[in-house]
Amino acid sequence: MKDNFLLQIKELKASIDNKEILKGLNLEVGYGEIHAIMGPNGSGKSTLANVLTGRDIATVTHGSVTFEGHNLLEMSPEERAREGIFLSFQYPIEIPGVSMVNFMKTAVNEQRKYHGLEPLSASDFLKLMREKKELVEIDSALTNRSVNEGFSGGEKKKNEIFQMAMLEPRLALLDETDSGLDIDALRIVANGVNKIRRPDTSVIVITHYQRLLDHIIPDFVHVMYDGRIVKSAGPELALELEERGYDWIRKEADVSEESWTTDQK
Amino acid sequence: MDYRPEVISKMSALYAAGSGSFLKDSPELFNRYRESAFEDFKRLGIPDRKNEAYKYTNLETFLNYQYQEYYSPLPADFREAEKFHCEVEDLDVWNMVLLNGFFPNGEKGLVMLPGGIWVGSMKFAVKQFPALMEKHYNKYVENANDGLVPLNTALATDGLFIYAPKNTVYTKPVQIVNLLHSDKDIFVQDRNLVVVEDGAQLSLLVCDHALSPQHFLTNTVTEVYVGRNSRFDIIRVQNQHNNSGKMTHTYIHQERDSYASSNNITLHGGLVRNATWHHLGGENAETHSYGLFLADKHQHIANFVKVDHVAPNCNSTQLFKGVLDDNASGAFNGRIMVHKEAQGTNAYQSNNNIILSENARMDTKPQLEIFADDVKCSHGATVGQIDADALFYLRSRGIDAREARLMLMFGFAHEVIQNIPIEALRDRIDNLVHQRLRGELSRCASCAIQCN
Ligand SMILES: Nc1ncnc2c1ncn2[C@@H]1O[C@H](COP(=O)(O)OP(=O)(O)O)[C@@H](O)[C@H]1O
Ligand SMILES: [Mg+2]
Repeated sequence: MKDNFLLQIKELKASIDNKEILKGLNLEVGYGEIHAIMGPNGSGKSTLANVLTGRDIATVTHGSVTFEGHNLLEMSPEERAREGIFLSFQYPIEIPGVSMVNFMKTAVNEQRKYHGLEPLSASDFLKLMREKKELVEIDSALTNRSVNEGFSGGEKKKNEIFQMAMLEPRLALLDETDSGLDIDALRIVANGVNKIRRPDTSVIVITHYQRLLDHIIPDFVHVMYDGRIVKSAGPELALELEERGYDWIRKEADVSEESWTTDQK
Repeated sequence: MDYRPEVISKMSALYAAGSGSFLKDSPELFNRYRESAFEDFKRLGIPDRKNEAYKYTNLETFLNYQYQEYYSPLPADFREAEKFHCEVEDLDVWNMVLLNGFFPNGEKGLVMLPGGIWVGSMKFAVKQFPALMEKHYNKYVENANDGLVPLNTALATDGLFIYAPKNTVYTKPVQIVNLLHSDKDIFVQDRNLVVVEDGAQLSLLVCDHALSPQHFLTNTVTEVYVGRNSRFDIIRVQNQHNNSGKMTHTYIHQERDSYASSNNITLHGGLVRNATWHHLGGENAETHSYGLFLADKHQHIANFVKVDHVAPNCNSTQLFKGVLDDNASGAFNGRIMVHKEAQGTNAYQSNNNIILSENARMDTKPQLEIFADDVKCSHGATVGQIDADALFYLRSRGIDAREARLMLMFGFAHEVIQNIPIEALRDRIDNLVHQRLRGELSRCASCAIQCN
């Protein structure tokens, strides 16, 4: 039986070096929904993405995360990926000596193996690469290089979306994928995301700016502040945040002036 | 107790005995240098850890051992060796098998390849090219303070000779398969000379394998002359078992506008020490020294490099990498010497190592001596673990941890392999390194003899 939610986060707390970063976060993402998470720097957005994908920088101390009813926190990063969770990294990692082609071939085939499918033949794989490259308008030369090595900031972000297109996740987390992109690249990224969506796949977009949300229209917008989601509303909230900043949210959420200024440092 | 005096007296006995027999039969050119070389050996002795160039390398386990006194292979041994199927064999190369540093006698003693390049035995070469041999033999070695080099000059009776006359180009690589195979424990001294004259081009692939489980120690000296506007590439693939020790001393002498590269890929070996000397003796020459080793168990792999910028406006790079597991140890000693006249020098050095276990150990030591003012020089060394962020990145795409580690180690290694100038060979070596990292190359993979 299908769970009601694709992703359900309850009272999640997580610390880095004994400092609590996520302080009781709740979020429910249904099938086919787009959620935007906005919020000032340092509020814990990337930490949330790390916790969801199993990066061991932060330690979960409390709460639960379920993905289609399964306990996500018990799974290894690779199992989560094979179950369909994908993170577009805020800072993609350069891996010299590992070719994009080999990387993607291994990733695609490991995922297929997990789902009981035969590995793709060399020609089918190349065909898939070609298709997805066109989709994200990525330069052919880039996929002949080592993973992210010497890529510009924009190329790295496009490469994240290319990988997403190759792996067709059921839940995509985009962590500031729009930062530093020019208008063209932004359009390509947004198009890529929209084109690979299926009716039951969901997206969480972490961003500071409305402009990406003009292309990827969210069903819900959440504001994260000091390790919690302090406000949730429809897409109009993003516009309001763009106009008015986060200050009024803080007041509304009744967060102390003191902790607000500390976090703004 | 110091084992070395005993080894020196053993060598002295061997030298004395040889002077009446196997050494006497050698060409006069070789014999001419023996006496003084042996004196040098006695004076310099066997390098110990007080010697800066051997600071992290202990030769004792391999040198302090009873090797059969002198060895000369029989025709039957060559027939046995022919069974060997080399991993890189089906490459399009011109191929020759040497056994314990010796040539099979007969028609392959010295042959001319299409294009005019000569390959064969040093002994034969002395007869065929006396003037050339006079000009180059024993001219590029630097004894410095390493007694093992004169020991080779004193005791070696044969080795590989390659001669690329002026403007000759051989498009395929020349492959030499150096087999160690014997029913006795032996100490091999081979002496090689490569002459690449002005405008010529040559690439040489040397594969070392130990086929029988006996204890082996090899002390190899190779001199290379790279003439004006010529190109020489040497790639060594070393895959020997853990009872096998290998010391190579390679001297590459370059004239102006020449290009040379050396690439030492060490897959297995109980003790391996590769010393590579690059002498940039003419303006506008370029030289590259690369090395990669993968060590586990109690293996020790050392690379010693010296780049001598003697002439102005030359470029040099050094890139050496190592992956160490279990109780393995490694050493890198990279020297750059820029002489006073060598203005406009660019010299670059990098040494990176990955340590996979708590007990593995890597020592790395750059040494720069710069006497010119207009010099660009950089060096860097790292010893660390597999990058955690990169590992997570791969795993976050669904690649399991073990596979991701292998991919990262392979990527790390590939940065050295990618500099191998021949594509087909690059692929083959990528493959070998893959197998090695997966632990599937614990022995020479398709060897007919299958020693341990
Ligand atoms: N690797 C880390 N080590 C220590 N502190 C970290 C690390 N990553 C994040 N933090 C801290 O966690 C808090 C939240 O950071 P982050 O999740 O990156 O916020 P956001 O993505 O919302 O800007 C910040 O105070 C930050 O300094
Ligand atoms: Mg962030």
